Amino acid sequence: MGKVGKIARRTFLFGAVAVAGGVAFGVYKVRTPYENPLKDGLADGASTFNPWVVIDGEKITLITPHGDKGQGVAHAQATLIAEELDVEFGQFEIDFGKPDKAYWNRALAGDGAPFMATDESFTAEATRSFMGGMIKLLGMQITGGSTAMPDSYEKLREAGAVARETLKLAASNVSGVPVAQLKTANGAVQLPDGTELAYTALAGEAAKVEPVTEITLRNPSEWRLIGKPMQRLDMVAKSTGTLDYGIDVEVDGMVHAAVMCNPRQGGTLEGYDASEAESMRGVQKVVEVSGGVAVVADNTWRAIQAVQAIDFDWGAAPYPAEQDGHWAAIEASFNEDQLDKEWRNEGDVTAALAGGKAVDTAYRVPYVAHAPLEPLNATVLVEDDKVTVWTGHQIPRMLQDQVAKVTGHNSEQIELVNHFMGGSFGHRLEFKHVELAAEIANQMRGTPVKLTYSREEDFAHDFPRHIGLARGSGAVKDGKVTAMDLQVAMPSVVGSQMGRAGLNVPGPDMQIAAGAWNNPYGLENFRMRAYRVPELAPVSSWRSVGASAGGFFFDSLLDELIHEAGADPLEERIRLMQHDVSRKVLETVGEMSNWGSPLGPNKGRGVAFVESFGVPTAEVIEVTNTADGITIDKVWVAADVGTVIDPVNFENLVQGGVIFALGHAMNSEITYSDGMAQQANYWDAEGMRLKQCPEIMVRGLENSDQVRGIGEPPVPPAAPALANAIFAATGQRIRELPLYHHIDFA
Amino acid sequence: MQLIVDGKSHEVDVEEDMPLLWVLRDELGIKGVKYGCGVAACGACTVHIDGVAVRSCQTPVADVDGPVTTIEGLGQPEALHAVQEAWVEHQVAQCGYCQSGQIMQAASLLSEIKMPSDAEIDEAMSGNLCRCGTYPRIRAAVKTAAAKMQEA
Repeated sequence: MGKVGKIARRTFLFGAVAVAGGVAFGVYKVRTPYENPLKDGLADGASTFNPWVVIDGEKITLITPHGDKGQGVAHAQATLIAEELDVEFGQFEIDFGKPDKAYWNRALAGDGAPFMATDESFTAEATRSFMGGMIKLLGMQITGGSTAMPDSYEKLREAGAVARETLKLAASNVSGVPVAQLKTANGAVQLPDGTELAYTALAGEAAKVEPVTEITLRNPSEWRLIGKPMQRLDMVAKSTGTLDYGIDVEVDGMVHAAVMCNPRQGGTLEGYDASEAESMRGVQKVVEVSGGVAVVADNTWRAIQAVQAIDFDWGAAPYPAEQDGHWAAIEASFNEDQLDKEWRNEGDVTAALAGGKAVDTAYRVPYVAHAPLEPLNATVLVEDDKVTVWTGHQIPRMLQDQVAKVTGHNSEQIELVNHFMGGSFGHRLEFKHVELAAEIANQMRGTPVKLTYSREEDFAHDFPRHIGLARGSGAVKDGKVTAMDLQVAMPSVVGSQMGRAGLNVPGPDMQIAAGAWNNPYGLENFRMRAYRVPELAPVSSWRSVGASAGGFFFDSLLDELIHEAGADPLEERIRLMQHDVSRKVLETVGEMSNWGSPLGPNKGRGVAFVESFGVPTAEVIEVTNTADGITIDKVWVAADVGTVIDPVNFENLVQGGVIFALGHAMNSEITYSDGMAQQANYWDAEGMRLKQCPEIMVRGLENSDQVRGIGEPPVPPAAPALANAIFAATGQRIRELPLYHHIDFA
Repeated sequence: MQLIVDGKSHEVDVEEDMPLLWVLRDELGIKGVKYGCGVAACGACTVHIDGVAVRSCQTPVADVDGPVTTIEGLGQPEALHAVQEAWVEHQVAQCGYCQSGQIMQAASLLSEIKMPSDAEIDEAMSGNLCRCGTYPRIRAAVKTAAAKMQEA
């Protein structure tokens, strides 16, 4: 894209920031009535300062619009506001708020896009690609791409500061004391004589004054919350069974639905016989939906039993029926016509390889399901002038659009009551389950319908992580890696995902190359080409998206080349690294793991480094080859996120990301036969069990000047680090995930 | 059919083969008990019958032969059970969806073995799946809970 495109896009971005009521040049924009959704229906005597803070005579409410899938962003968002607002946990409530453009995600755009600052030449291209794929077409309010913290870090502190300064102005008006002599703490303004005016008592006065727009954010040395270990606000509820997820929603008059759609995803419903189902106890209604049939009953179990009693005649799958056909399509895609983009071409790779390839090999990664523990569900009430949806979702405004298409309402008539999510890993970026609930409810207007997927339906209709294949070669000389040539072929996850929402995304899909093109090494000769495979099975974003595959390809190839060169795996990566912050990450993980120290017999150590979502992350894994199979003993992780918001939650998320990635690397995949996923429940794609779990040591570094999220970055390095460790312990190089096709795990 | 759940007696009129899980969730409205897999592969639905952990998704209600305790009866936000206290102290939960079952499994283990070894903890807790990967914290919290219960 030329320069005109760049400038136009930047202009657009700047304008959008202003429209969204955000911040320009460090000064908070004055609110306008159409910008702050909290002004609608605001009670007399209540005050809202911006889209994130509302205070009335009774309580303080902080709006945390990023969806919480377990990564703790409800708490983290509240922390950022509370830090500047001077309220303590326990003094406020949180609410996910209503879908609104004011909550658009600015970290997905421009400067917030996750790319290496040192690589300006391709940063711009990456940014454009990312924006084209996500911002313009996914809609603007989105939780994903590890962006909640980069999006919120300044914005929410500013929101808190604006509210605080406005409350001080209100207190000054009430008390006659100049603002400069006022202090704030514990949800109150303090006068010089020690009198405390609670924010709730000032709400009425604050509503009369214009928000103070000149604010200065506190110096990090003054922070009392950020960076300190915290007790997450959802922890007690989640430890007592008292937190309501979408699946727990209760609405008066609600009925329960179960659905079965063609397990050949996207295939047609040719016919069905529901006579047995209709006669079963508690069954109220059998309704057709797109591609399947739903049963409505007085109880979830009865609905599931009944829908499973229906005889179906399903149409064929719109993709190859057998898994081999999927691989064949990918194999056939390494050609000029399907070249999506040549992402890197430095030095002279062809010449370097002409001197002899040290490695010439191929890698592959499978489809994998998201399978969060809370099965997909949605409760929908369709009325003539309004639709209410209760569920947990990551893209609220687009959800409104999708439901509106089903029911014929306007998007503004769709109310979403967003909920804490029982995991997602990308599953709750999808709309199909909510559309199906809306289809059922639309046939029963006036009755709230809760649709709950059975686990089997959830597996059958997961839109899995895309499969992919890589061809890699490279050269070594004098104990050093001198050339790498990596070609990756995959279906486009962005194309598939957005296609289901009726959107066409132009341009290359960066997710085909993610994790493979952007690691800030300075290889003398490096070429990375991405090939787009025509859509096969429908696929979707899975925790760390393309980097979950690309990281495995890139780092596995690099590790093989380092071995061929006879170099030390960690030292050679450090030698090749061109980015100071990333080099420090590698050095740190080496120090943490005591890299190079002697290991006992049958043990091996592997290292991997992948940069994803702007976070350089290095992992060292230690394994033992036992008589019962491989045990994963210890993992060390170093990652640089600029600023760690909550060190406890940070450690938990990193450990969880590693476990998630290792479990899938060990034993999880989705394969198709007769057009259907062969894996139906957790038995078939088990992941890691507690007894297999290694010790995981974590260090968060803060050398980067950009604040980043940690939800996804721990995932990509785990699989290659494990495969590299297995090679070190056994001499067996495994180039395909899941690894259990080639080696046993204890 | 009569059921005693969390100390309260309930009369339920349901099929004998309806899993206890769905009686608890949809008939009695006890939503702290979670549905994860329906086939006893994940442990999210774990409750106690006579103090012993069972998978309620694979327990037909007619087979319930003792009082049932759910996560909601184990302790409450204002009066946490020692295991729940340990879970909060270690900040175990991420999404939290599996944690009702994890906590019930841990409470059952600790009523059987006061100070379980690492291997005993690993064995007892490995039927409970956590997709978020909170296992390191679960291990630590079980040990803390064991120590708390010894002091009590």
